[in-house]
Amino acid sequence: MFRYILRRLLQMVLAFFGTTLIVYALTFAGQGDPIQALAGERPVTPAQRAYLTEKYNLDQTGVGGFFYRYFDYVKDLLQGNLGESLTGRSIGDILQQAWPVTVRLALIALAVAIIFGVTAGVLAGIRRASIFDNSTLVLTLLVLGIPTIVLAPLAQYFLGVKWQLFPPTAGSDPTFYALLLPGIVLGSLSLATALRLTRASVAENLRADYVRTARSKGLVKRRIVVVHVLRNSLIPVVTFLGVELGNLMSGAIITEGVFNIPGVGFNLFRGIRTEDGPLVVGIVSVLVVVYLVSNLVVDVLYAVLDPRIRYE
Amino acid sequence: MRVRRLAAWTALPLAVTLGLAACGSGGDGGSGGSDSSVVSIQIAEPKHLVPTNTTEVSGAQVLTGLFSPLVDYDAQNKPYEVAAQSITSSDNKVWTIKLKDGFTFHNGEKVTSEDYVNAWNYGAYAPNGQDSNYFFEKIAGYADLQGKTPKAKEMSGLKKVDDLTFTVTLSEPYIDFKTVLGYTSFYPMPDAAFSAPGVLKDSYEQAPIGQGPFKMKGTWQHDSKIDVERYDAYPGEKPKVKNIEFRIYQQLTAAYADVLADNLDVLPTIPTESLSTAPSDLGDRYRTSPMSSFQFLAFPTFDKDYSSPDVRKAISMAIDRDEITKSVFKGSQTSARSFVSPVLPGYRENTAGKAAEFNPTEAKKLYQAAGGPSKIVISYNGDGGHKDWVDATVNQLKANLGVDAVGSAEPKFADLLTKVEKKTPVGAFRMGWVMDYPTMEDYLGPLYSTNGSSNYYGYSNPEFDKLVKEGSAAKTQDEAIAKYQQAEDILAKDMPVIPLRFGENVFGHSSKVKNVEMDLFQRVNLVKIEAAS
Repeated sequence: MFRYILRRLLQMVLAFFGTTLIVYALTFAGQGDPIQALAGERPVTPAQRAYLTEKYNLDQTGVGGFFYRYFDYVKDLLQGNLGESLTGRSIGDILQQAWPVTVRLALIALAVAIIFGVTAGVLAGIRRASIFDNSTLVLTLLVLGIPTIVLAPLAQYFLGVKWQLFPPTAGSDPTFYALLLPGIVLGSLSLATALRLTRASVAENLRADYVRTARSKGLVKRRIVVVHVLRNSLIPVVTFLGVELGNLMSGAIITEGVFNIPGVGFNLFRGIRTEDGPLVVGIVSVLVVVYLVSNLVVDVLYAVLDPRIRYE
Repeated sequence: MRVRRLAAWTALPLAVTLGLAACGSGGDGGSGGSDSSVVSIQIAEPKHLVPTNTTEVSGAQVLTGLFSPLVDYDAQNKPYEVAAQSITSSDNKVWTIKLKDGFTFHNGEKVTSEDYVNAWNYGAYAPNGQDSNYFFEKIAGYADLQGKTPKAKEMSGLKKVDDLTFTVTLSEPYIDFKTVLGYTSFYPMPDAAFSAPGVLKDSYEQAPIGQGPFKMKGTWQHDSKIDVERYDAYPGEKPKVKNIEFRIYQQLTAAYADVLADNLDVLPTIPTESLSTAPSDLGDRYRTSPMSSFQFLAFPTFDKDYSSPDVRKAISMAIDRDEITKSVFKGSQTSARSFVSPVLPGYRENTAGKAAEFNPTEAKKLYQAAGGPSKIVISYNGDGGHKDWVDATVNQLKANLGVDAVGSAEPKFADLLTKVEKKTPVGAFRMGWVMDYPTMEDYLGPLYSTNGSSNYYGYSNPEFDKLVKEGSAAKTQDEAIAKYQQAEDILAKDMPVIPLRFGENVFGHSSKVKNVEMDLFQRVNLVKIEAAS
């Protein structure tokens, strides 16, 4: 196990450098004129142009210039310095402010997915082909079919503006209550997937040999479901939720935008829209680490849940 | 067993971190804005909050609260003194600026002429990389502060006379200089802003100290809000509200939802998506007011397809502007038939004359006689919501001129400009302009002069250049305007661009505020706004 984790960590280093190089190349290769982009539709004065060119080493052109800037960037990165955005703010500071908000949102979404998704999934699995099962099938299909970009504004309009059950946006220092609606919207997609996964897996395990054995031993049904079936059924769900957590931590561009939540996705979106290359690369580099770590944690959790799985 | 315990240890730290983060979410108080004594106004995250580095509207909106300008503009958009006692010149070259006594910065420092001189020198010094650098170019000695290693740190044209007086010498006479002084970049900065002469403190931008009606309450909370409160020692007109929260939104649609729910007080721009429903959603809280934006279609005049003025006039006549403003913009913009904005002193209606009147039969005749291209391309930037009206325009051209016409989107405006600068054939392309200060010169100079900063279409007419120059060097305003108008008449003949639309502020507010007014620069008037009782 220890060797396995070590090997994975070493792979992570390689993966990290590979992805940052690709992200760096893509961000800056597709960019026309970063200085003009920064100025928007205004003309750029020669003084301003000279200042920014020097500041971001843009005078080094071609492939040599690219690697010069990339290595410069990696050097700073290894010293824990994520650099500055084009508007002169420290990216480290930006992330420090944005992350707690995103993490809170992600946890709410995940909690929604677990509480409602797994519970309903188990119920639907036990009562296969019942009204409950069929109606959840239709509902989850519906949720899976509606993209967040439609779902989020709809929820905001009806629950926030029309009936005023929730605040329509979260804004600065959001309360738990203000994050609840965006959390539900964000979690609804994982909820639907988790529900379907749990249902399929519970239904399958209920027909397994060990359940028949347990039943013939005379165990009560609740004990069979909770102790025997659920534990075995949760393995695919945990995998899914683990990966989903990594996903959610990287911020939800659409949901954070619609509900005005100053999280990671919100900043990433601004970086992309204003062609703020350093900001995009800085955030994505950190996200790469988040993904790698959450994947590792999921793999390790496997072994915890299922004793049959061993790593060498 | 050993294996499983190790696994649990690896998983634990993450779980603990998450658990702690979750604890942090409870307990903190309600989000601001619900307290009726605070008026909230939507802005986007400002790029900067240093006066000489702020050129976009969100930053400028915050700075109008924190600073008081030398001049402001009256209902006719003529300048009148605010922080200045008088601004005079006998030859329009050497200007004497006397400051009003009694203005203090929010840290108690008295405002002196030196604070203006220092701030302007800081802005003009090229290595500081300030966005508004070019606003100082008319001042004598500006050139010495440019380049990588400038010759001087101070402009020779700025001279302190006494604590409340200083003189500005321009490199050549300029009639509109007093009008220019209303711009954001001409605010003063206190001594406390500088750590050494000419070196701005990094922390200044996080909580700018100004001499305006409001002072910072805390610091700039990036991506979330900027709080300001009334500065009681302000000698000018007192604001009616005590606290203002500038709330930062990434998307206008989110802000719009908040206005509908009375969760946000003022939304200076209603998002395009909501324009058709906004009048019924907001009722009399849906408002419009004049603004200076000007949208037009530019032609690469160096391209032989479009080099004939008749071709350009024919295209102009084939466009039904009123139809587009009505159906695409739902009346939030008005048709343009002149080359400068209607908000300016000296504006005349219909200067483009016949060439801007919708007349499909004449247009087709003229187009064929002038030998216009068989395919017209209109390029635009795909990120600015321009697709709808470009498509409508293209369809009109197809129907009315009997030619093939297509719209072609470039990802960003910068990409479009790069192509135009390299003279890649992009066909006609959209452009827009918002003024920095209300003079005709601010349109004629940058847009149509041979060396104009935004003249991407290669238009050059020596006679026009001469008239604009004579106008800005004129002795009196009336004389200047006469010259500018003559220059505009030349544009009507040459038609280097096709005027399309003038913009309007389309804004909305909650039921908790009244007297919401917006100026020509898309900024909310912070002194006039009141809480509705």
